[in-house]
Amino acid sequence: MKDLVRIRDLSVRFYTYEGVVHAIDDLDLEIRQGETLGIVGETGSGKSMTALAILRLIPYPGKIESGSIVFVDRDRRGELELLTLSEDRMRAIRGNQISMVFQEPGAALNPVFTIGDQISEVYLLHQRQELGYRAKQRVDSLLSDGSGFAASARRPFWRWQSRLYNKIAEGPHALEPRLLSRIPLFKRLLWRLKDEASLLTVDMLKDVEIPDPARVAAQYPHQLSGGMKQRAVIAMALACSPKLLIADEPTTSLDVTIQAQMLELFRRIKVDSGASVLFITHNLGVAAEICDRVAVMYAGRLCEVATIEEMFLHPSHPYTKALLDAVPMPGKELQTIPGALADALNPPPGCRFHPRCPSALSMCQQDKAKLKEIGKDHIVACHLF
Amino acid sequence: MVKAVDGVSLAIKRGQWLGLVGESGCGKTTLAKTVVRLLRPTGGHIYFDIPDEVKAEIEQLESLGKNSGKLTSLLKENDLGIFLGARVRSFRRRAQLVHQDPFTSLDPRMKIKDTVAEPLRIHRVLSGEASKTAVKELLGTVGLSAGQMERYPHQFSGGQRQRIAIARALATKPEFIVFDEPTSALDVSVQAQILNLLKDLKKEFGLTYLYITHELLIAESVCDYIAVMYLGKVVEMGRPEEIFHTPRHPYSQSLVAATPVPDPKRRVGRIVLRGEVPSPANPPPGCTFHPRCSRASKECRELEPPLEPVSNDHFVACFHPL
Repeated sequence: MKDLVRIRDLSVRFYTYEGVVHAIDDLDLEIRQGETLGIVGETGSGKSMTALAILRLIPYPGKIESGSIVFVDRDRRGELELLTLSEDRMRAIRGNQISMVFQEPGAALNPVFTIGDQISEVYLLHQRQELGYRAKQRVDSLLSDGSGFAASARRPFWRWQSRLYNKIAEGPHALEPRLLSRIPLFKRLLWRLKDEASLLTVDMLKDVEIPDPARVAAQYPHQLSGGMKQRAVIAMALACSPKLLIADEPTTSLDVTIQAQMLELFRRIKVDSGASVLFITHNLGVAAEICDRVAVMYAGRLCEVATIEEMFLHPSHPYTKALLDAVPMPGKELQTIPGALADALNPPPGCRFHPRCPSALSMCQQDKAKLKEIGKDHIVACHLF
Repeated sequence: MVKAVDGVSLAIKRGQWLGLVGESGCGKTTLAKTVVRLLRPTGGHIYFDIPDEVKAEIEQLESLGKNSGKLTSLLKENDLGIFLGARVRSFRRRAQLVHQDPFTSLDPRMKIKDTVAEPLRIHRVLSGEASKTAVKELLGTVGLSAGQMERYPHQFSGGQRQRIAIARALATKPEFIVFDEPTSALDVSVQAQILNLLKDLKKEFGLTYLYITHELLIAESVCDYIAVMYLGKVVEMGRPEEIFHTPRHPYSQSLVAATPVPDPKRRVGRIVLRGEVPSPANPPPGCTFHPRCSRASKECRELEPPLEPVSNDHFVACFHPL
């Protein structure tokens, strides 16, 4: 499988009053076309930061210090280096080719706009040409179908509208629609774009299995349950059929039965749209359900990357093993990892896991281990290998 | 009117670790708060550590259906649900609650030593130097060092804060502790540490636990007995292995099936429950689960199934158990 995103030597640092936090340290990771890659780790392991770094949304005082993130856009320009793109180009990619589903659906939705408005916005921003084309077709069908006095009276107006929408469909730089969309009252002449967007929105809501999508589109976020809100957020993320869908703990705030529905939905989306999914979770059970490959992170560094079967059958990194043993399972004694999570401000030198590692060597205290391939699709960063 | 908890009958034996499992809005937390009398029940009785013959007498008098003076006085003596003032306080000394979120359950302006010593002060157990030694000892029991007692909650991690909350609950030497999702805000590895700590404490002090969780896997791995709740009612009770491997209620079955298990081979053949939990303000008639149930019949839509034993120690409230 070909790579969709290639992350190389990515470092993210937060410059705080207390000191510099190394949120991500020399991360190497690739997301392949059409796969679901899981990132598993505990709080502060840098999994969410990885997602935000791909979208270049690292919050202040964080900074992407070094590295490269290459996005392979096969349809258009080939390879794009996301970290050097202009902010305008980046905005065109966010929500369009790479989109994100956040952990808390209640916080991701704006409480003062209806669900429909918020999803339409995505279309209006990213798919204006497509909307213009659809609007033109609708006007054209009015032109050819209409008969009688009322229709013939409106015909000149329709012809003008057809030309206008055609200009929008041809490209974003036509003067007339751009002028119109900037003048408050005349802006309304472009109402058909909004109409088309809301039609697409209802289709999208139906796609994520929301019952009665037209009614839900007219509702505000507080009128929906947690599961429905998350579906709406997923619909928003999928609106422009992105190449990469980043899901940051999308099921953490949901109940188990709703979580199962969501996982089913994610699985279907991946098959239907062929998009790659970057699935961030702290729940190993969820990762086992949905991922093709998993990356385990600890304190900002990558520990292990492997296919899901390999990860659960032959975990190699001591941290992965310890993490798997800490999960409650029927008929198994709970094992704990001694010590506490590495301090982000003063991480231990060498391998960051060595103070808690049962099989730490003396070299672990000084050198950090390089990533080594120990099997097919199985990479480990540990001195034991 | 919201019936958050509706007609629940549960018995927790001394030394038992009872797990209460259910989704959000099913009334688990309300039940927990009622059990330690932070809420007053609108109906029903709560008995805590009363002799069997007294309970039998109350039940016998109640079944007569008459409002006799004897019944009233017996209830006044024994029913925790109608206790007031000093009697509730003396009960709370023996029963404690550990809250879900250690980030909000500790007062950010109180030092740890004050937080842990507060129950001792309120219940007038110990004071002064004696309470200070007791706090040191308590922090030691939950795996914190005495040097940390001068600190404030924000200086601790989530797992440490939950340890502090547990130390506070242990301060009055209770016999019974209610845990309301104590690990849901914590990481997996920290969760395992806390669960093991609870196991050790239970053994050491001979405690009885009511453990509320939404994660079936946790309940399965630590509890002795599990009750599954749905929309304010207990739908199934049984031993963990029975609930997990041979659930009899369709809801428990879908809960088990929906629980992601860290085993990629177990991915196939899952039952995904359609729909969502109805609003407790307007629950469906009959069995509250029937709108989402594949086995629902006319009976389920009209009548409420009683909680009945299907085998020894295994109770199900369903007309068509699996």
